[in-house]
Amino acid sequence: MTQEFSSSLTDAYFGEYGGMFVPEILVPALEQLETAFIEAIEDPDFIEELNDLLNNYAGRPTPLYECRNLTTSEQGRIFLKREDLLHGGAHKTNQVLGQVLLAKRMGKKRIIAETGAGQHGVATALACALVDLPCVVYMGAKDCQRQQPNVYRMELMGAKVIPVDNGSGTLKDAINEALRDWAATYEDTHYLLGTAAGPHPFPTIVREFQRVIGQEARQQMLEQTGKLPDYAIACVGGGSNAIGLFTDFLNDQEVRLIGVEPAGKGLDTDQHGATLNRGKLGIIHGSHTKIMQDDDGQIEESYSVSAGLDYPAIGPQHVHLQQIGRAEYETATDKEALAAFQSLSRNEGIIPALESSHALAYALKLAKNNGPETHILVNLSGRGDKDLEYVRQLDASTDSSDKGEN
Amino acid sequence: MSRYQSMFERCEQQQRIAFIPFVMIGDPDLEASFRIISALIDAGADALELGIPFSDPVADGPVIQNSAIRALESGTTPTRAMALLEKVRAAYPDVAIGLLLYANLVYVKGLDSFYQQCQSIGIDSVLIADVPLRETTRFDQAAAKHQVESVHILPPHASEDTLMKVAKQSKGYTYVLGRAGVTGTDKAAQMPPKEVIEQLHSYQAAPPVLGFGVSRPEHVAAAKEVGFRGAISGSATVAVIESNLQDTAKMLDELGDFVAAMKQAT
Repeated sequence: MTQEFSSSLTDAYFGEYGGMFVPEILVPALEQLETAFIEAIEDPDFIEELNDLLNNYAGRPTPLYECRNLTTSEQGRIFLKREDLLHGGAHKTNQVLGQVLLAKRMGKKRIIAETGAGQHGVATALACALVDLPCVVYMGAKDCQRQQPNVYRMELMGAKVIPVDNGSGTLKDAINEALRDWAATYEDTHYLLGTAAGPHPFPTIVREFQRVIGQEARQQMLEQTGKLPDYAIACVGGGSNAIGLFTDFLNDQEVRLIGVEPAGKGLDTDQHGATLNRGKLGIIHGSHTKIMQDDDGQIEESYSVSAGLDYPAIGPQHVHLQQIGRAEYETATDKEALAAFQSLSRNEGIIPALESSHALAYALKLAKNNGPETHILVNLSGRGDKDLEYVRQLDASTDSSDKGEN
Repeated sequence: MSRYQSMFERCEQQQRIAFIPFVMIGDPDLEASFRIISALIDAGADALELGIPFSDPVADGPVIQNSAIRALESGTTPTRAMALLEKVRAAYPDVAIGLLLYANLVYVKGLDSFYQQCQSIGIDSVLIADVPLRETTRFDQAAAKHQVESVHILPPHASEDTLMKVAKQSKGYTYVLGRAGVTGTDKAAQMPPKEVIEQLHSYQAAPPVLGFGVSRPEHVAAAKEVGFRGAISGSATVAVIESNLQDTAKMLDELGDFVAAMKQAT
């Protein structure tokens, strides 16, 4: 595999979105990171080490698999980019490996990270174990409760998990706390942000380390079908797996790029995380972007059945892609995602992450409304092992309420 | 002459530096907040730094985070905070008042209408904690248009270039960080070297004021020694509120004592 990178890496803005809205004290650390990143990706030794880890440690390239049973022969064809098979169980590993190598290059002695459901925390912990850097993961106290197995995974790999109980005790508060740590420790600490959001240069760095997803998938689609897909679909929380899939298709105007946001219990309820569909412009976590917020500008809680999509802001490049019309952002409800989760498990023997199940749910709708000439590429960004207990409990409560109605 | 200018001039004539306490508007509620602010001024605060509560204050440590939570929970919206400021301004026409808040509150209100409102109320300065120099142009222009002074922060160990830019951009006063990190009393301010003050002076910066980790009279005295023109104390002031939530009369007394003790060291 060869890495190709974009040219405008120093631009903090995507159109009018993005920027570096952080306390003055963090600006030098972010500028140092930007410089280190640009130097690193021009250094063949860095690229060689990264590729070695991606291939031999993480298991790239990941397969592209065409579903055999999920749709009928009269319906659209669905192709899964199997990021769920990556070491760590999700696409998160791609960019974490890149960032720990950057941290080493900058001579940082310690890594901090935030995590929501724990997937990015687990990825950061494994990468830190690999390169032998101490690792501190901030995780909302509520999330620690909900995701005990991931807390244990991180600790097993040597990370220190710090529960954050200020604010709402979820992902946004974990990010706040990581930023506060960093403001005191930036000289020897790298903040390993987990998604394509936050202040410049994170949206760019994360995109560049994730675009390997789309690079491989584009090539694999051409090899397997002789043409580009009609649709490339990914779920969107902060936006890292979606931007990783989309980037190498951006110039292929015939490929429709679709991000799927969590509609939770419905877009017209207050329990969803559809920031691009329902959020308003503002400034949070370093970026001019869309945010779930009240009329005064106070940040609101998002909601989704999948903790990994539960973020009240969004990577700024997605706002730009939406504005210029290059990507479209649809939604899937909890119910639709859970149905897709069951369906893929049952029909293909693949248990997807609840996050990825949102992308799949939308793909299934498209497949039903189209014929086999329509090729739909779905980024299966993670595996569903982490969600088993949660879904099992949901099933149990649904069963008992069904019985109650009878 | 601006309120800041006359305040710094007055302090200079008295051969002392300014003591500037910070509190969050609406902590613990709007009614008490007015009495708290009055107590600070009556006890001799030279100017005020006042916060508008925000849900996600990334530059603040636990004491000021909790202060914001109390203020939000008591129903302090930006609109109500501004109404309280109007009341404060009417009661104290001469005290310099600076606002400290986060970018989203300004953005959502609209830059022009936010600064216009500040001007009409008589707010002297605005510091936005998460708008660094490289993002500040739009904010500074809107502030200048409405004659509101835009304050900027000089971080520790800043490059010569940053120092020069802060010196040029910061109006009213120059907020010099006593240390890295977030607001709080757990780590005391370390005095920046005299050279920093001299460099700021050589670039004709607005008067340098020390903030972050200023919680005791000796910190104020040390700031004066190095050549600062003022010292801001946030978390230590808010901590007095926090430890007297059940007894407002005692809270006001202790705030008065705290300001008097800090001022003694100016």
